[in-house]
Amino acid sequence: MRPISLQQRIEQAGSQRRVALIPFITAGFPEPTSFPQILRDLDESGADIIEIGIPFSDPVADGPVVEEASRQALAAGVNLERTLKELASLAPGLRASLVLMGYYNPFLQYGLERLARDADAAGIQGLIVPDLPLDEDGPLRAALSPWGLDLIPLVGPNTGDERMRAYAAAASGYVYVVSVMGTTGVRTELPAEAADTVRRARNAFTLPVALGFGIHSPEQIRAMSPPPQAVVFGSALLQHLAAGKSAKDFMAPWIKQK
Amino acid sequence: MKKGWFGDFGGQFVPELLIPPLRELERACETILPSPAFQRELAEVLRDFAGRPTPLSRCDALSRDLGFNLWLKREDLVHTGAHKMNNTIGQALLAKHMGKKNLIAETGAGQHGVATAAAAAKLGMGCSIYMGSVDVERQAPNVSRMKLLGARLIPVTSGTCTLKDAINEALRAWIVSQADTHYSFGTAAGPHPFPTLVRDLQAIIGKETKEQARRQIGRLPDAVLACVGGGSNAIGIFHPFAADPEAASVRLIGLEAGGTGEPGCYTSAPLNLGSPGVLHGQYSMLLQSADGQIEPSHSVSAGLDYPGVGPEHSWLQRSRRAEYHVVTDASALRAFETLSRKEGIIPALESSHALAFVLENPQAFTPDSHVVVNLSGRGDKDLDIASQHLTLLQGDATCAR
Repeated sequence: MRPISLQQRIEQAGSQRRVALIPFITAGFPEPTSFPQILRDLDESGADIIEIGIPFSDPVADGPVVEEASRQALAAGVNLERTLKELASLAPGLRASLVLMGYYNPFLQYGLERLARDADAAGIQGLIVPDLPLDEDGPLRAALSPWGLDLIPLVGPNTGDERMRAYAAAASGYVYVVSVMGTTGVRTELPAEAADTVRRARNAFTLPVALGFGIHSPEQIRAMSPPPQAVVFGSALLQHLAAGKSAKDFMAPWIKQK
Repeated sequence: MKKGWFGDFGGQFVPELLIPPLRELERACETILPSPAFQRELAEVLRDFAGRPTPLSRCDALSRDLGFNLWLKREDLVHTGAHKMNNTIGQALLAKHMGKKNLIAETGAGQHGVATAAAAAKLGMGCSIYMGSVDVERQAPNVSRMKLLGARLIPVTSGTCTLKDAINEALRAWIVSQADTHYSFGTAAGPHPFPTLVRDLQAIIGKETKEQARRQIGRLPDAVLACVGGGSNAIGIFHPFAADPEAASVRLIGLEAGGTGEPGCYTSAPLNLGSPGVLHGQYSMLLQSADGQIEPSHSVSAGLDYPGVGPEHSWLQRSRRAEYHVVTDASALRAFETLSRKEGIIPALESSHALAFVLENPQAFTPDSHVVVNLSGRGDKDLDIASQHLTLLQGDATCAR
């Protein structure tokens, strides 16, 4: 039996009148030994979907926090093969859905068909590849489709409506809206354009909209109309964990808001 | 062929947020760049500011020793000391016509940074240069030149703190500043349209070489050589030959930096020692681990110190139109010294790689043939590094004898 899809997962949160929560964590962070427990903590603290970051030496879409986490993970020997093996044993114990986020080259070198097969076996339901825009995603899309894995598009403030519709024609799962013209990283305030991008994405896609980049507190999306159906937080969570604090503490304010 | 691809190589592997400025640049390359008015303006600034055309000089002494004719295309005489200016003044002018107010650029050795800063000063544009903190340290004179020319210098402290990290940071900065800023990419690599744009701006090297060869030799040369880091000076001189059916018999030879040449040590030779992969927006040959992580590169010449290479070179290699070989640090240093002594020209350590292949493999060329080396830059900037290696330049030791 196939598990509930990523789209259904977010829609289910909506039917419970809450925004779906998508924490991002770099594989093997903060230490390869503590990572499985952090994954379980996030799962138990109300994560709907967990994005697992595959580290890359040259992460151009990321700010300093994710880049540093990536560097530490690589230094600790984390790679795609090890991560997929580990997730294969962890996934059956998790309630949340799993998504892989990573740059294209490590996926390409692993082999796209092998990646799709092993990701499916590891309980992964979708992939986010921040340096693979629509025009270049044909080979990966072809490899994922026999396994029913979603390729989740990223759009941002400078993505025109026409381009959004082109993405919408091929997308499944959910759409990741980048809140700012910038890289990942904690920001006190989101620019006014974030609400506008969410609104445009909700018009262009039938899929649920997840808002990410710079998200750290429920206050940031309170005033948005229409609101995103899901939020992604990465850098804020990684900083919180790096300071030795628990995943549960981080998730608490987001659970209260529902 | 698919737009932005050279055979199997090329593409536009960047975050979606960079697609709009790349599309905007593509449109400018199709409309503004080829227009007669722009081409006139570019020709004028290349002549009056950059100092083109550069001579094709015969090396009389070395030609006698080698038994064939060695010619140098003198890009070392271009303003700011290297071929880089052909690209930066062209991109700056294009950006100005696009309505951009500022330029950003990455730099490794600092030559592209200096050439961008000079172009920005000339055209009255703002300029920010991203440079790995390791390079800031080892290329101090170029840092001072950039600052003097009015550029803001941003040291990059992520990753290996060298050129590839400076490119990452410049790409990140361009995401933020794209509305009023052009990213002046330094080599014929990166996401489409940069490999084509930079090649077209550098192709003046090859066009001049063909004309000069016809005039000075009476025919096209038998072989053309250039060093290859990212590959802009090489594609600039190769392309007009590769694209011309009448030049099909002209050998095109690119030389990559082999570092110290010891087994297992880092090099800058992805065409010879790498494998295909994606970095900085392009699918091309790359130095990488089995996991697809980018390997650090090494060369005595900072301008060749890059783990990737432009996609058109990957294609010229695969399609066998050009051949690529590896030259070590030591060979390049010997050529650096030889050209200085025998011909009165101090070559850049980058260009010395191309020269070294000719000097150390004379049997690869037919007696009495004509061989052109692209002397892509002058070597004044390399005196510090060279003096650490060449006893000739180690002052006290020599004086004591």
